Amino acid sequence: MATTTLPPSAHIVVDDRGSGSPPKAIRPGHVTASGAHAEKSETGVWIAVAAISMFFAAFTSSMIVRQGVTPDWIHFQLPRVMYVNTLVLLVSSYTLELARRRFVATSGSAGATTEAAKSLVSKGMYWMYVTGALGLLFVLGQLLAWRNLSAQGLYLATNPSSSFFYVFTATHGIHLLGGVCGVLYVLARLRRTNGVARHSGFGAFSIYWHFMDILWVYLLLLLVFRF
Amino acid sequence: MHDVSSDPAVHHHTAPTGFLRKWVFSLDHKVIGKQYYALALVSVFIGIVLSWLMRLHLAWPAWPIPLLDKLSAVGAPAGVMTPEYYLSLLTMHGTIMVFFVLTNAPFAAFGNYFLPIQIGAEDMAFPRFNMMSFWTTFVAWLFMMAAFFVADGPPISGWTAYAPLSAVGGDAGPGLAMGQNLWAISIAVFCIASLLGALNFISTTLDLRTKGMSLARMPFSSWAWFVTSVIALLAFAVLLPACILLILDRTAGTSFFIPAGLVLSDKLQPHSGGSPLLWQHLFWFFGHPEVYIAILPSIGIVATILPAFARKPLLGPRAVIGSMIAIGFLSYMVWGHHMFVSGMNPFSADLFSIPTLIITIPATILTLLLIGTVYGAKMRFTSAALFCLGFISVFISGGISGFFLAQPSLDTVLHATYFVVAHFHFVMAVASIFGVFAGTYFWFPKMTGRMMNEAMGKWHFWLTFLGVYMIFMPMHYLGLAGNVRRYSAFVDDYAISLIPVHKFITIAALLTGAAQLIFLFNLIWSRFRGPVAAENPWEATSLEWSTSSPPPFDNFGGRHMVVYNGPNEYGVDGPQDYIMQTSPEKARSR
Amino acid sequence: MGKLFSAAVIIITVVSVAIFIMHVWWLPVDISTTGPAVDHQLDETMVGTGILFLASQILLALFVWGSSNTSSSRKIKIFPGGATPLVTFAVILVGLEILTLTFVGSKAWGAIYIAPPDPNSLKIDVQAEQFAFYFRYAGPDGQFGGVHPDKIDDGSGNYFGLDPANDVAARDDIVVGSLTVPVNKPILLMLHSKDVGHSFFVRELRVQQDFVPGLDIPVHFTATKMGKYEIVCTQLCGLGHYNMKAYLDVVSQDDFDEWLKAQAGQ
Repeated sequence: MATTTLPPSAHIVVDDRGSGSPPKAIRPGHVTASGAHAEKSETGVWIAVAAISMFFAAFTSSMIVRQGVTPDWIHFQLPRVMYVNTLVLLVSSYTLELARRRFVATSGSAGATTEAAKSLVSKGMYWMYVTGALGLLFVLGQLLAWRNLSAQGLYLATNPSSSFFYVFTATHGIHLLGGVCGVLYVLARLRRTNGVARHSGFGAFSIYWHFMDILWVYLLLLLVFRF
Repeated sequence: MHDVSSDPAVHHHTAPTGFLRKWVFSLDHKVIGKQYYALALVSVFIGIVLSWLMRLHLAWPAWPIPLLDKLSAVGAPAGVMTPEYYLSLLTMHGTIMVFFVLTNAPFAAFGNYFLPIQIGAEDMAFPRFNMMSFWTTFVAWLFMMAAFFVADGPPISGWTAYAPLSAVGGDAGPGLAMGQNLWAISIAVFCIASLLGALNFISTTLDLRTKGMSLARMPFSSWAWFVTSVIALLAFAVLLPACILLILDRTAGTSFFIPAGLVLSDKLQPHSGGSPLLWQHLFWFFGHPEVYIAILPSIGIVATILPAFARKPLLGPRAVIGSMIAIGFLSYMVWGHHMFVSGMNPFSADLFSIPTLIITIPATILTLLLIGTVYGAKMRFTSAALFCLGFISVFISGGISGFFLAQPSLDTVLHATYFVVAHFHFVMAVASIFGVFAGTYFWFPKMTGRMMNEAMGKWHFWLTFLGVYMIFMPMHYLGLAGNVRRYSAFVDDYAISLIPVHKFITIAALLTGAAQLIFLFNLIWSRFRGPVAAENPWEATSLEWSTSSPPPFDNFGGRHMVVYNGPNEYGVDGPQDYIMQTSPEKARSR
Repeated sequence: MGKLFSAAVIIITVVSVAIFIMHVWWLPVDISTTGPAVDHQLDETMVGTGILFLASQILLALFVWGSSNTSSSRKIKIFPGGATPLVTFAVILVGLEILTLTFVGSKAWGAIYIAPPDPNSLKIDVQAEQFAFYFRYAGPDGQFGGVHPDKIDDGSGNYFGLDPANDVAARDDIVVGSLTVPVNKPILLMLHSKDVGHSFFVRELRVQQDFVPGLDIPVHFTATKMGKYEIVCTQLCGLGHYNMKAYLDVVSQDDFDEWLKAQAGQ
């Protein structure tokens, strides 16, 4: 029974840093007025994003070099299901955002104390489950794409284009599954911290998840334009 | 287990109980640092033994080496090494030394132990990831050791594992089947461990500095670990894809690195279209930054230790830090200098040569500033200080040969000769290890609460310092004379006259290697019988000297350290000639 | 202890440099038109870096000597001018050295690797394999036959995989195990590998070039002195790498013509 508007009785802790100006969108996990250290997990995840980007940059340049070395590159049509998968992943980023808005209500350290807050938190967690499920759906869809390709006789070693296709999609998929594990981890922490997203690694997780999304769009474009 | 990251203000660390939690699967960065050090120590002795075996074979090829046939009956029947076994020892020597010693000891070991303390933190940013990093490194090490025991032998393609030799599998010869697979898996796992470790170092440096510890006030060793971890993050993120593609070529029939039409063992290989140069580009894009990963921490360690014994500040602290950052940045632009004669476009040789030569500028700045720090010093010649001074000398020696190799026109006659072997051993095997020795003698009291034996330390220094010059300086001459590297024997007409030089080097290597036993003995003896150490036996300034020896579980006994000074306040006027970082006193004059 | 260190550094430095200067072990005399430029570059670099090496090690030794006087009355001294003179010196001197070396060196490099081969070059096909070099001359028809990896048969001496039955040009190709060239004649080698990476190195020619499987790489030179020289493999290629070599025979034009005729007759 998720709603997109917050009930009027919702107790929202707003951090306007004492400026008195209207509250801006609150990111769970940003530095609060209490002066706490920047959320370590977010720093960590940005660093991970840098490393993972470099990892895929290496594969990208390998692909470009390989394409240029010999004229044996077979161009093939990407399985249609991959476009559906892309949509699924984009929707999952949206559902993650829906979750984030629910957690705004409980950004204070005490967590969900009122009934309304508890209801919001459980709605937030619901959207987290949906996000994770969409992630799994994406991976299943990728497996379907693989089935489609192998039905056409395109396996890992058939041709450099198929080799890179499998390498890109497999490594992205593995990273995404890591993200799905992250969903479960954040949900477990939310239960322990009584719904305080800021203390549950939610900020770091959402950076990672959105990055997986953006990375996939990049890979899709790469596959579409160069394959 | 209470999760630290969820507390906004007060961090709570509860001391672990139980043997496994305390000493094996510990989350304490200090224990993890010591675990890395122990792994590096075991690895360096394996690496030294491998080098002894290699040197014995080169000098006296027909002489049967006792017990070698027990290690490998196929590789060394009756104790006389086959050519392929020599190459596999060479490969394992390089791989173990570069990865499990030079990336582990100065960076993972000392960095893990001292980075958090030097910046005033209770632990690393992600203690669980930290533990996982170490144990993943250990798994990588196990895979590497396993390669020694497979039937076909350890890999023989060198630590650089050039394709297609490393990629086609067993048809290319012995050592290239399961041994090479294990090597590739080990390195891939090592990449993951290093990425986790680098992430931890960067996060910790950015987020966990205590009050007053601005980046500018960080000790030079912490700066070095920080820059190194940024380099490592980006470099290992490229080696991992390279290893994945190599494993696929070897096991899944892909052709990333293997072109068409290769005939090996009389068989036409079923691959096509791959590029051996692609492997070289990927490998060296990692490989060059890797050598800076090996040397920068030692530079930082020496820059931290030398002022403490010189009793005066490091000269040009900002230039030192700037040079470290410049080296880190430039290290990504020079990889092609390993590939001048590789068949890549000869125009690119000029392109790579220029940043390679430019990188000598920050390296020269660092060297001159270290020398300038010695000027006018009141040196306390402890073992740690001697290794710092020795570092400067060997770093000069190693760096100078770099000027030659950076130029493509000279690379035509020096590439793949012993000149290259001399160069990288001086900067990596000698200079970097001298930094590790200096760090050990300096920080041993802090880590164990006991002092190392100074007399043994000085013997260790002298035998090692003279020994390494006798091993590696002659290699320059061999290289100029055209002595090719990675040869298991010297049968070329012109090389036969060089064998006496090899005999000299071998004897020096055996003696210098044996001298390291003094160090090992000193470590073990002092750990149990050394005199008890004070909190700050060296009168040094950085935060680790503001806590007990060894530090308590949470590093500072519940205190939240506040920092008022940089790490460089030595040689000041007053009752004490130094001001600690935690002291509110400001330097008046010098 | 400090004085001992200084003495050791000075002795090591002086002895090492002396051995370099005396050319106790050195490159052999060059026999190539592009060799002198490389040798000149080497000498320049030796002098420049030699001075840097001597100066920095001696400076280190001197400063350590000075610092070993630890009487309590002495105060520490900061390097005159602080870090600035040293940093400036490093940037300017090393910068100048880099510019010079690059500028002059790129000419030496370009002459060997970038300059196009002489159009009248004698073309020779070179194949590297585990663990030997083979050389192929075009024969009287002046044409090279095609190579077919699937036809390679070392047992019958068909190292290159020629197909004389179907390929006319291949019938008179001359395949030998050593490289014979006439003196003072431009030579163009085409390098290719049968199996893994190898490398071609002749010290006297001052030329080194990797064989990259899948690529055909040209190397050109002109030998200026007759004699017998060694070609060695410098790229790790397997267990026989240490033993992989061939001879380069530089002979007079007349001797070469006779040799070629004799080979063609076979």
